[in-house]
Amino acid sequence: MIITRRSTLALGLAAGLGLTMGLANNATAGWEPKKPVQFVVMAGKGGGADKAVRLMQAIIAKDKLSNVPFTPINKPGGTGAEALIHLKGKKGDNHTIMFTLNSFYTTPLRQPALGVNIEEFTPIMRMAEDTFCLWVHSDRKDINSVDDFVKAAKAKGKGWIMAGTGKASEDNLLTDFLNSAYGLEMKYVPYKGGGKVAKELAGKNADSTVNNPSEQLGFYEAGTTKPLACFTPERIALFKDSPTFKELGQDFVYFMQRTVVGAPGMDPEAVKYYQDLFNKVFTSEAWQTYRKKKALQGDALSGDALMAYWKNERDVHKAMLMKMGAIK
Amino acid sequence: MGEIINLLLDGFTIAFQPLNLGLILIGCTIGLFIGAMPGLGSVNGVAILLPLTFLVPPTGAIMFLAAIYYGAMYGGAISSIMLGIPGASTAVATTFDGRPLAKQGMADKALTAAAVASFVGGTISVVLFTFFAPPLAHVALVFGAPEEFSLMMLAFATFVGLGGDDIWKTLFSIAIGLVLAAVGLDIVSGEPRLVFGGITGFMHGINFLVLAIGIYGIGEMLWTIEEHTKAGGKSMLSEATITWQRTVANLKELLGTWKTALMGSFLGYFVGILPAAGATPGSLMAYGIGKQISAKPDDFGKGAVDGVVAPEAANNAASTGSMLPMLTLGIPGSPTTAILLGGMVIWGLEPGPRLFTDHKEFVWGLIASLYAANFFAVILNILFIPAFIWVLKLPFTILAPIIFILCLIGGYAPTQDLHDVWLMLLFGIVGYLMRKLDYPLAPAVLAIVLGPLAEPALRQSLLISSGDMSIFFTRPYSGPIMIAALILLFLPVLQILIRRIRGSRQSPASSDDTPGSEWQG
Repeated sequence: MIITRRSTLALGLAAGLGLTMGLANNATAGWEPKKPVQFVVMAGKGGGADKAVRLMQAIIAKDKLSNVPFTPINKPGGTGAEALIHLKGKKGDNHTIMFTLNSFYTTPLRQPALGVNIEEFTPIMRMAEDTFCLWVHSDRKDINSVDDFVKAAKAKGKGWIMAGTGKASEDNLLTDFLNSAYGLEMKYVPYKGGGKVAKELAGKNADSTVNNPSEQLGFYEAGTTKPLACFTPERIALFKDSPTFKELGQDFVYFMQRTVVGAPGMDPEAVKYYQDLFNKVFTSEAWQTYRKKKALQGDALSGDALMAYWKNERDVHKAMLMKMGAIK
Repeated sequence: MGEIINLLLDGFTIAFQPLNLGLILIGCTIGLFIGAMPGLGSVNGVAILLPLTFLVPPTGAIMFLAAIYYGAMYGGAISSIMLGIPGASTAVATTFDGRPLAKQGMADKALTAAAVASFVGGTISVVLFTFFAPPLAHVALVFGAPEEFSLMMLAFATFVGLGGDDIWKTLFSIAIGLVLAAVGLDIVSGEPRLVFGGITGFMHGINFLVLAIGIYGIGEMLWTIEEHTKAGGKSMLSEATITWQRTVANLKELLGTWKTALMGSFLGYFVGILPAAGATPGSLMAYGIGKQISAKPDDFGKGAVDGVVAPEAANNAASTGSMLPMLTLGIPGSPTTAILLGGMVIWGLEPGPRLFTDHKEFVWGLIASLYAANFFAVILNILFIPAFIWVLKLPFTILAPIIFILCLIGGYAPTQDLHDVWLMLLFGIVGYLMRKLDYPLAPAVLAIVLGPLAEPALRQSLLISSGDMSIFFTRPYSGPIMIAALILLFLPVLQILIRRIRGSRQSPASSDDTPGSEWQG
């Protein structure tokens, strides 16, 4: 009896905290999570995906969309391989979801040894499609257009450093595209997470990046970095003066999915729960404001439509990777 | 300067509103307990508390979260000292001397030292933060991969002498740590390394806590069980008492450690502001340097008060320092600060270079709240010492299972993978055996903490320079750091050489002379 009381005392805080949370009301019929939901981030801290997850976690908590907390956990290793393997290993687990990007396609294609088949995962909801721009430091007064950029990068040859988020990641694909489209030899250096990449440019440890707007926005607003052109079909409202690569005669448009995916073999009722929940997150004012501020595009997409989108995107990426010689 | 003081005073009027002050006090208390329990100090604790912050205005909410973060930094020392289990990587160095002190029945001394050193480190760093935030944010920005690697080399170098006299055993221990650090997916190529034919649990690498809790928590317990059995089942985890006289004596003794506290505070703060580093390398380096500048370096590792003061001053200073890259660059240094970030974003407080100009009230309110949090945390911490001592007085047979459970939670929490728990138990047994064979364990833990930071930085640097090592010496920040690291690294070798030369010239009896006087003679 004494022992019980003492150990209860020792862990009392944990229990107390759990209770206050557990009482939050959300009594709808159907499946509900019974323990904290692990929200895996397939990228490093401070990047676009990480920031979005922290925001969604806060929205879920603030609007009391769930009776349990969603706890983000970063697994950036091996351009998302770590996260994919983790999720794959959670087969049948209703309490593990992941926020994913395009390494969702490229990493399994590049590393068949991982044995990851994305069709096994449970589609929950696409929350947005993120865009990419080509960025340089504002102190490069000589670079004000893509033409200037090409000239400067050519002059520096292999000494031109392009920082990105991992090998064969989105950033790597875009770098390869730029290299082949403009006959450049930029050197690609991988860092852990888009936030770090943005910082490397602002600190002049890299010559250029292909960050998402959300990652560079802070530095852009502070006047430290500037976008030269964007990989979008139309100009981004935030950067009206930056042309699209399409305008510049390059038939190249590239988006990155921002999608919530569940562990393989999740119960249909749980899937429905998460779809309803993320639908509420999607329509929340905070998320819509965030989308607008960060120049995010792409509508909500779930279920079979999302799976079809995945399959199509995977084929697109397969063709890209084959073209750049990353896979056979 | 005058403007800063005005802004700070404005900040104080915000932080000292009754609601905010109350939130800071509650936050510190919660943080203290979260920090004191290995495992709870992880993301989960703060994640559970996040909804509570939506009940109050944004500035108060962030102050509350920051106070938790701050309190946890104080609390981290408690489990390090009392149980020998570092609850977070920041508190590892505190176990090196805090635990021996507790075993000698001086837990109160170690706990007081930790609390006071934390206060000194915290206060100095908040003052530095107040006056030098923008220029230091610039340093954080230009700090690239080569600088990071040089800094890691410096951290390693400060630790060379840590393992004691047997340099080969120290090197062996470092090598083990580095090999363990290499396990998992390679960040540059994305390929799995040392995963034993593809065991999934190895893919995410070996978390430092798995090794540290294994070696110090489980290994220590096995060690104690052995002693316990030898003593006929009557031993306690450690003898402990606390009286007013002892507390006063402890505080008096602490006055003598002011140099170490100052060194730890400044070092911790400057290492903390670097986005890559954070509080862990800061506290480890402070411990290493603390030993090197100490008049009695041999006491380190056996219960030197300076060995508690140095890392504790440093990790608190660093925790304030690491707020800088979080606020100005949006790069969180720890899982807890990452949640702080999420809380800020939902209130429209976007971290980034413009936060300091766009949200002056918030920033200065937060800075002022750190002063208050520091004050509350030290008072609370000292008031709770008798309670902690009381826990230590419990019979070992009751404490052991509780510690064991805390170890398991701590091993599970960071990655939430059961594989790590088994690995931790294995490390516990290996650690126990290594200790029996007199291998130093601290260098292995150091290597597993710094290895994953040093390796990508090294490879990124060499990618940038096309394999040219001179990149570490030619850059303005990297050069001096690397040279300092190399000097420190070769200092022990030089000392050995000098001793040899002296040994051949004079009789061994005079070997206690300092090398310097030898050369004059």
